Amino acid sequence: MFGSADRWVVIGAVLVALLLAVYPLPLDWRWGRPAFLLLLVIYWSLIVPGRTSLTLVWCLGLVQDLITGTPLGQHALGMVIVTYICLQSYQRVCNYGLWQQACWVFVLVGISQLTANWVYTMSGGNAPGLYFLLPAFTSALLWPFCYRLLEHLRHRFAVS
Amino acid sequence: MRAQLGTVATPFYWVTNIPQRLEDWGQDTFRSRANLQAENEALRTELLIHQRRLQQMAALAAENVRLRRLLNSSDMLQDKVLISELIGISPDPLTHTVMIDRGRRDGVYRGQAVLDAFGLMGQVVEVHSNSSRVLLITDSSHALPVQVNRNGVRAIAEGTGNLNQLRLRHVSNTTDIRAGDVLVSSGLGGRYPVGYPVAQVEEVVRDPGQSFATVIASPKARLDRSRHVLLVFGNEDGDN
Repeated sequence: MFGSADRWVVIGAVLVALLLAVYPLPLDWRWGRPAFLLLLVIYWSLIVPGRTSLTLVWCLGLVQDLITGTPLGQHALGMVIVTYICLQSYQRVCNYGLWQQACWVFVLVGISQLTANWVYTMSGGNAPGLYFLLPAFTSALLWPFCYRLLEHLRHRFAVS
Repeated sequence: MRAQLGTVATPFYWVTNIPQRLEDWGQDTFRSRANLQAENEALRTELLIHQRRLQQMAALAAENVRLRRLLNSSDMLQDKVLISELIGISPDPLTHTVMIDRGRRDGVYRGQAVLDAFGLMGQVVEVHSNSSRVLLITDSSHALPVQVNRNGVRAIAEGTGNLNQLRLRHVSNTTDIRAGDVLVSSGLGGRYPVGYPVAQVEEVVRDPGQSFATVIASPKARLDRSRHVLLVFGNEDGDN
């Protein structure tokens, strides 16, 4: 999918996103943990939509499920749906300003959180209130920084 | 299959645990002599107190065995334990699980009970080759059979999804249970060993309009603080 040097940059970014996804936080802060891997996948599908593979995204989601101990497929489902929407809309979204994109990211991460919440309630839990949407909010706030950082990395390592 | 694949999770938890290990190392390395002496003194005193209790305990245990023989019931066995360290906590606020650094290689099995120094913490739900995932007793999908230490009343303690709260199910309004009672594991489910402290009753609300009393208890184990846990062997015929 990528050249061999590029591949290591991408794998490195994925590993860092997964580490951030399990980094221990105090209980109350855990509600607002941004969806780092999803942000990476959204960036990816905006920049190189032609080379974003839904199968690969599904596999990434499965890896995240394994690592975080959620039911297999929970993150995968959310990520595939979000990536599909991204692939349908990237032509419009890549012309947006950063903060406009952030609003769009809020909606996308919100969708993935909704599916996660749906899976959670299907497996017998009951989630209190709308707390599950907090990650969408924090992810949207983080998006401009995330975008700049990834752009910087991309140019630095000439990943295309 | 999940147990095999789950092994990929271990390195991530190891890496995210590094800051904590550095902090522990720093605290162990850079300490003043006076500090160490004070701690040594405190530990010595504590040891003395525990040894005195243990002296009595040996006699009591022997007596217990004799009495049990008289009643023709089986002997209480000493449980074998394995010490383990916490390496990670669940990133999801809705599930209360922790990762520990012992796995299949150390003989850990599914359903094994996990304790800390103060009480029962939970059970192993997923075993990887050198780590395992422990479901805490406060997870909202967890329940365990307990009994009141004072009078032997049995009940089911259910997790509430709140780290310092358990709820007792189906306790009738007339049951003799009050705030301050200690709940110990009753061993009835065959999953947990008998007689480990689980929780202390905080509040009992008896509303005549309701069919059951609301009993709230707080776990004895320090679920959000303990870093060293004990794995108890002995109920291996659970599901593997």
